[in-house]
Amino acid sequence: MIEVRELTKFFGAVCAVDRASLSVARGEVVGLLGPNGSGKTTLMRVLTGFFPPTSGTARIDGLDVQTHSLAVRRKVGYVPEHVVLYPELPVRRFLRFAADAKGVPRARSRAAIDAVMAACGLVEMARRPIRKLSRGYRQRVAIAQALLNDPEVLILDEPTVGLDPRQTVEVRSLIRTLAGRCTVLLSTHILPEVSMLCGRVIIIDRGRIVAEDTAARLARRVEDVARTALRVAGPREQVIAALAGVSGVDRVEAVEEGTAPGAMTELVVVSREGDGVRQAIAALVVGRGWGLVELRPIEPTLEELFVRLLGSERQGAADA
Amino acid sequence: MRNVLAVFRKELRSYFAAPLIYIVAAAFSGLCGYYFYTDLLHFITFGFGINIMENFWQLLFLDIRKFLLFCVPFITMRLFAEEKRLGTIELLFTYPLRDGEIFLGKFLAAVVAVVTLLAPTVLYPFLLNRVQPYPLLPVLTGYVGLLLLAIAFVSCGMFISALTESQVVAGVVTGGILFGLWAISWNEAALDPQSLQAMRAVSMFDHFQGFSIGVIDLRDVAYFAFTVLLFTHLTFRALEARTWRGRR
Repeated sequence: MIEVRELTKFFGAVCAVDRASLSVARGEVVGLLGPNGSGKTTLMRVLTGFFPPTSGTARIDGLDVQTHSLAVRRKVGYVPEHVVLYPELPVRRFLRFAADAKGVPRARSRAAIDAVMAACGLVEMARRPIRKLSRGYRQRVAIAQALLNDPEVLILDEPTVGLDPRQTVEVRSLIRTLAGRCTVLLSTHILPEVSMLCGRVIIIDRGRIVAEDTAARLARRVEDVARTALRVAGPREQVIAALAGVSGVDRVEAVEEGTAPGAMTELVVVSREGDGVRQAIAALVVGRGWGLVELRPIEPTLEELFVRLLGSERQGAADA
Repeated sequence: MRNVLAVFRKELRSYFAAPLIYIVAAAFSGLCGYYFYTDLLHFITFGFGINIMENFWQLLFLDIRKFLLFCVPFITMRLFAEEKRLGTIELLFTYPLRDGEIFLGKFLAAVVAVVTLLAPTVLYPFLLNRVQPYPLLPVLTGYVGLLLLAIAFVSCGMFISALTESQVVAGVVTGGILFGLWAISWNEAALDPQSLQAMRAVSMFDHFQGFSIGVIDLRDVAYFAFTVLLFTHLTFRALEARTWRGRR
């Protein structure tokens, strides 16, 4: 559905996107993940036909964004990063403009506007000028306008940035409901968001695509050890010594001296293999008569993954 | 056509939802009304009530021309500058709209806004005609001239607005250019006859002179048509800039 080949975009001497290639299949939800200034917005603006690339090609549904710009723009719904919209227009009025501009047929336009307003929870805000809406509602209006022409591709640039936690949850669930209907490419620098919403992650840094996989597989790629968090009610030194003796355990890291009454011992156990070692640990702790308060596998977070991927990438670049 | 209409309606709504146009219209109407009164007094006391076209309408049209010069920049300054500042330009350029459709929608809305300023002054000729009948057709010529002038002003203002993100800059520069096109032929003593001739040919205001006494000169019409085409062309180039910036 989205095909990007060797796409490069310069602004003067600054290279914003550097030979990026990616492809997104129909119906996929793909996250574009990268720090601020990594080229996410530039890439999206090329895809939406806002400006052309310096070199390389981008196609949406087989149509080149440069040579078939109007046709591409008809297929794409776009939510830009900083949604300000037209402050003086009431919500419904703005959506009517968007419907007309996107060529939604007159006969269908009223129903289409009603449908997106209902989907985005805007019905009671219909007559309110956009400047009087909260940040969360403005975001919904921005998403509503993007949905108006039943887009085959939905491009969302940082859809949850600047929202409060409740609004973030609402916008995310809204995106999730759209996932079945269209192909979604969304950018974010909020890492858990990607694993929540996206089937696949494309990691971009300084204009270059550095990794591309499912969130889970990317995590496995950098994490080859299992880590287990442990809280035990028992004498600290003895617990550590006993755990180090369990077969399969590579290392036992003490988290910090517990100051709470009852002298809880908090540890992280690093082992090559996970579940078997955890069973052995549990049996050992219980067998010694200590209290097993908590035993929890530590999943590698996307933050760690991100730092490691970019770290090795930068290391590689420095070596070359 | 439908796309043009969509942009046109949105622009018109934006004009009349903000207070600026009402303030400008109030100032414009106040000034026009005051000069209608004083020019009429002048016509009666110094023109002895004869030749109403030269001794009254010409004066009033030239005054209205001045007020248009000061008021049109306020109308045109927001056209593109505001969209760029707000970031809404990104929506506009990613909707399936051609640049020409965006341009035409905005252009027509601005012309309608300026015509709204001019509309109340249409009362004057009919008011006078009730007191003392006189031929109205030459006065209509004056209005044709004002309309052409307004369209030329709008096309200039639109081009400047397409160049900047700042409405203030757009307004001031537009005002400056329009004023320059008026003042260019003021100082007759400082120019030799050939250059004065050339300056007069360029001056937007000299080309309006004929209309104000009821004369439509094809050269003047051609001048305004050329001015509008020139600024339209420049506006399109300015809008296109986004497609060649970043090329190598």
